Amino acid sequence: MDPSKSRDSAESTRVIQFPNDVLERILSLIDSHRDRNAVSLVSKAWYNAERWTRRHVFIGNCYAVSPQIVARRFPNIRSVMLKGKPRFSDFNLVPPNWGADVHGWLAVFADQYPQLEELRLKRMTVTDESLKFLARKFHNFRVLSLLSCDGFSTDGLEAIATDCRHLTELDIQENGIDDISGNWLSCFPENFTSMEVLNFASLSSDVNFDALERLVSQCKSLKILKVNKSITLEQLQRLLVRAPQLTELGTGSFLQELTAHQNEELERAFIGCKYLHALSGLWEATTLYLPVLYPACTNLTFLNLSYAALQSEELAKLVAHCPRLQRLWVLDTVEDVGLEAVASSCPLLEELRVFPADPYDQDINRGVTESGFLAVSLGCRKLHYVLYFCRQMTNAAVARIVQNCPGFTHFRLCIMKPGQPDYLTNEPMDEGFGAVVKTCTNLRRLGVSGLLTDLTFEYIGRYAKNLETLSVAFAGGSDLGMKSILVGCPKLRKLEIRDCPFGNEALLSGLEKYESMRSLWMSACKVTLHGCKTLATQRPRLNVEVMKDEEIDDGQSYKVYVYRTVAGPRTDAPSFVHTL
Amino acid sequence: MEAPPARGREAAAPKRDSAGEEAELELGLGLSVGGGGGGGERAGAKRGRILTARDFPSSVGTKRTADESVSQEGGGGSPTSASQVVGWPPIRAYRMNSLVNLAKAPRAEDNMSPNEKSKSKDGSEDNTRTGGMTDVDGREQKHIGFVKVNMDGIPIGRKVDLNAHACYETLAQALEDMFFRPAKTIDLTGAEENRQVKKSSKLLNGCSEFVLTYEDKEGDWMLIGDVPWGMFLTAVKRLRIMRTSEVNGIAPRFQQKSERQMRKPI
Repeated sequence: MDPSKSRDSAESTRVIQFPNDVLERILSLIDSHRDRNAVSLVSKAWYNAERWTRRHVFIGNCYAVSPQIVARRFPNIRSVMLKGKPRFSDFNLVPPNWGADVHGWLAVFADQYPQLEELRLKRMTVTDESLKFLARKFHNFRVLSLLSCDGFSTDGLEAIATDCRHLTELDIQENGIDDISGNWLSCFPENFTSMEVLNFASLSSDVNFDALERLVSQCKSLKILKVNKSITLEQLQRLLVRAPQLTELGTGSFLQELTAHQNEELERAFIGCKYLHALSGLWEATTLYLPVLYPACTNLTFLNLSYAALQSEELAKLVAHCPRLQRLWVLDTVEDVGLEAVASSCPLLEELRVFPADPYDQDINRGVTESGFLAVSLGCRKLHYVLYFCRQMTNAAVARIVQNCPGFTHFRLCIMKPGQPDYLTNEPMDEGFGAVVKTCTNLRRLGVSGLLTDLTFEYIGRYAKNLETLSVAFAGGSDLGMKSILVGCPKLRKLEIRDCPFGNEALLSGLEKYESMRSLWMSACKVTLHGCKTLATQRPRLNVEVMKDEEIDDGQSYKVYVYRTVAGPRTDAPSFVHTL
Repeated sequence: MEAPPARGREAAAPKRDSAGEEAELELGLGLSVGGGGGGGERAGAKRGRILTARDFPSSVGTKRTADESVSQEGGGGSPTSASQVVGWPPIRAYRMNSLVNLAKAPRAEDNMSPNEKSKSKDGSEDNTRTGGMTDVDGREQKHIGFVKVNMDGIPIGRKVDLNAHACYETLAQALEDMFFRPAKTIDLTGAEENRQVKKSSKLLNGCSEFVLTYEDKEGDWMLIGDVPWGMFLTAVKRLRIMRTSEVNGIAPRFQQKSERQMRKPI
């Protein structure tokens, strides 16, 4: 035999016999689900090694796959993240009882993953029964995170607190739930010590403070504590002295008449928080008490003031103490002047979110304008994530902003009046957003607004080559707009459109695209049932779901939700959802 | 739930009033609801008007959804007029409700006026609480916002903005319109009621087969009307229109007024 040949075959034999347990050991170090997805495509051996070592699964659309399929492929899951409803359900565009009920998943998990430890849900329906089931069936359960979910009440939380003996994280955020009482907090057992993350900021009922204080004292690993509005400053002080190790704090109400002594104590408590890097809550914070925060602000990287209606001077004074700030959320009560202060005080800022204090107010003299945004872009060159609600904007300002900060990855601009043009030139905002996509080559998420013609979408299709998520409302002129996006954006995963003149031709132009996307949402557009049926027929691996709006019967008032799936049509669809 | 949500939670289609504009259904978050009864802090609180597709030359159909928190209807007109659109601006319901309370809070430097403590978490749930906070001025914590209303025999509930009413009469009228006369355009601000000549509410005067009750902070069900309106606002969590036959120990109001003192909550 030719010596080189024999050497080759010996080497290839060695590779094939690469021990499975070594492969698994190596793969178990890989966390990112995208990396793991890639790994699983290498070979059958790697596919198997990967599936056996996967501990965490992320399911971006709970209807794209069934729990049975997940369990069959991944036998050893300990942690699950599930997302349910389309994002527009956050804005009441999806009728209640649409679905995304977690219970079906829990039932399968109870059987297949009795060792399940973590469950993170976003926009899912979770009932109290499900929470009780969870608490009962999973004896090793540690982490529960519910964001923007609905269907449960604080009764369900009682079950979690009572039965999950090893709970390390309870994170309840912005859910549509029945807040019956704060009694759930008192349900933690007396010897409970495992909590590391506790966030009940968005619940409003009073909790028993003694129970909370005891919990905080006993849980020495508590790192993140976000209390609700019912907790006073005085009570906050008592919590802080017991938990100086906190890294993230959500205060309760920041308004209370304190004596000088109490004020001092509170200040000292904040001085003692040497590890704090994130601060939120601060309801009703005013000039009077903000200064107690200053000592704790030195190492702050995230400041969430979006529930405190601060004026510009108050914000200016506060951010002057936050030189390391990377993420800032504020209300537009701080106005442009406040943002200018941010620009000068926080050079390391990477993310800015400005929410409207009064979204329905038409008075353009309130809130922030293009100057505030521009100022921040000048002072904070590392800015890459912006969510900005404003009442006026110009193309020129947007162009300058992205010139200053070309590194934008998330650009979400909401000019609050639908269809509003550049207020100086009265032209559409096409050139502004055109500048965004031309300049910001790393752009992954884009939210557009204002008066926009098809030209905006031509720009997006032509330049936004890394775009993954696009949100469009009250924009465009014809099918061409949507076509440009579908044909042009290779990495598009999520497209949500409302109130745009895109019809069947636009919808069908994405025939080649939708299976590579997570989902498409279209509401109040010009698609008809016929168009949707055509799509459904030609692409059987998509679920094309149609919700008819009952008020208007012009054959066009549909909400269409299209998504790829390996689980077939939904079996739990309510009567108003039709899968074509 | 068998009934399509779109019907249950919304009023009927808007009717055109004499001004030629579609009468508004003020079932909203209360931001634009004028101080019909409760007296808003904001001067010139504007009435919202919903844009529909007809307002935008290039877009189609902005419609109500079944969800109650932003269900409003409006007439045609230019896009430049004041407007509210379903689900716009795109802000999560929880945040919207927090903002309602912020907008109503008086802003003054160093003024430690107690802001309303009872904030709802989002549009689909609403709780009243007066909060665990010390009220620095001793003023009563004011309840804000929407409470659920359920009626016996109807699976789908409604919501009513208590802040839009200043007395039990207008509230009862509004509820009667909502549940007994759904074809009528409902103005929940109470402003209309003030102008109209009102016959006494059936729900209040005891001659209906239903009575109006509420659940208070302690979880007890109480008959509406006994305590002063302001006190009621601080205590109420939600409402229920109950069949008189199911009410134990609560005498009809017009028959036995004195017995009410000795009545137990149900």
